Amino acid sequence: MSFNNLDQLYRSVIMDHYKNPRNKGEIDEGAVTIDMNNPTCGDRIHLTLQVEDGIVKDAKFDGEGCSISMSSASMMTQIVKGKTVEEAEELADIFSKMMLGEEFDEDKYDLGDVEALQGVAKFPARIKCATLAWKAMEKGVKAE
Amino acid sequence: MLNHKEIRSYFPILDQEINGHPLVYLDSAATAQKPRQVIEAIEHYYKTNNANVHRGVHTLGNRATDDYEGARDKVRKFINAASTKEIIFMRGTTTALNTVASGYGRQNIQEGDEIVITYMEHHSNIIPWQQLAKEKGAVLKYIDLEADGTISLEKVRATITAKTKIVSMMMVSNVLGTINPIKEVTKIAHENGAIMVVDAAQTAPHLVIDVQDLDCDFLAFSGHKMCAPTGIGVLYGKQTLLENMEPVEFGGEMIDFVGLYESTWKELPWKFEGGTPIIAGAIGLGAAIDFLEEIGLDNIAQHEHQLARYAMDELATIDGLTIFGPQDEMKRCGLVTFNLDDVHPHDVATVLDMNGIAVRAGHHCAQPLMKWLDVTATARASFYLYNNEEDIDALVKGLRVAKEYFNDVF
Repeated sequence: MSFNNLDQLYRSVIMDHYKNPRNKGEIDEGAVTIDMNNPTCGDRIHLTLQVEDGIVKDAKFDGEGCSISMSSASMMTQIVKGKTVEEAEELADIFSKMMLGEEFDEDKYDLGDVEALQGVAKFPARIKCATLAWKAMEKGVKAE
Repeated sequence: MLNHKEIRSYFPILDQEINGHPLVYLDSAATAQKPRQVIEAIEHYYKTNNANVHRGVHTLGNRATDDYEGARDKVRKFINAASTKEIIFMRGTTTALNTVASGYGRQNIQEGDEIVITYMEHHSNIIPWQQLAKEKGAVLKYIDLEADGTISLEKVRATITAKTKIVSMMMVSNVLGTINPIKEVTKIAHENGAIMVVDAAQTAPHLVIDVQDLDCDFLAFSGHKMCAPTGIGVLYGKQTLLENMEPVEFGGEMIDFVGLYESTWKELPWKFEGGTPIIAGAIGLGAAIDFLEEIGLDNIAQHEHQLARYAMDELATIDGLTIFGPQDEMKRCGLVTFNLDDVHPHDVATVLDMNGIAVRAGHHCAQPLMKWLDVTATARASFYLYNNEEDIDALVKGLRVAKEYFNDVF
């Protein structure tokens, strides 16, 4: 049995975010709260976003799920901080395209750690794990 | 002893590689694979006898009707029902349980009545009763489980009261594998004036069912978990109950006389089969019953008990692996649900899939049970007649790979 195929999915940066999630927790006051779950598997995210003057000032998440869903949530909170609502929505769209294997403007944003999730596109059964946090974020910024 | 090589040869789908490894299919509790005998019976029906049923006159119509009603009699014998009037073809267990809840339930449940189920039920044996209880102002009660995932008759007696009108319970758990004492529970239900509904979705593929011996009032199962196609299932009901129960679907096939403002229904079982029935599905189910009976349900059950024992012993050699449900293989069916350390079941399932091994990961349509077990998800390997010890060896090897892989990165 080889690990080569698995390494396409479980890149070390993903495992790092899973093991040491960034922005774990909850924003106490004045935040938009979004709870979302993946009914087919039980993954659950509790996302709080602090949006002021059209800018995402802070983002924190809590939840339960597999390495892909939780690392994706960690990366999402990292990249979305400081972005405008429009940019955040655009990032959600870019992430969705990345998961579907569609083309997107790779130069528009520095995706940083998020790029490590590209391999998920090759594992159709796991795409929903990766997109959960981004769907929650999109819903949150739209609600603002 | 089952002749493994011969049985494997009946299942064309198993002869393939997945991600560069021979397929090891350990997800039969979700749906079973189909033998040639079933695939060919359906093909034969469509190639030679396809016509609508119960419309007399032409020859194909008669052949299709004979095949369809012949399948009903096979089902009757399979569960030892007294009459084919008690055998209703439906889409599956979910539809059958919903039919009991919205047919019998709506007619007979009143405010303050109790409906009793257990913590281990599948969503399809929870939600129809939740909805019924809400609509009628009835009380839905749950029988608590023992620590080993079994049901004690003391707790059954303590939960069922004179107010209880319906008791509904799975015969075999799709998560814990537990075989429940349905005959004894039925007796307790009847002593209290309640009817007994049995979810036999995980039973029909593996154990002999005798509805007259169980004395249950309704029993539901699906074809696709027992080598038949998807989209066909069975609702068994005692004739007197079915006769007094109104249909829940109305239309063609199920009517006797249709007037402008009033209509009457056909006699049993057809009054519950509105619309063109699931003809090919029923014929496929009949072929699956023939297939399973030729091998012998007792032989299949014995084979699965052995595999369950072997799997539990082998899985126990993996550090950090937790097995849910009873340890005694005779108290359970051929499936093992487990979790591996801190590795999420999805990640376990992906690693196994990369090695050709198909298992289920998630909440198994049993969220209340997951809560009771205090887990968010689990992984499940389920066995059927075409599995053997080599499949379990592959599973154990795959799990060691998963453990090593995730330990390395942690």
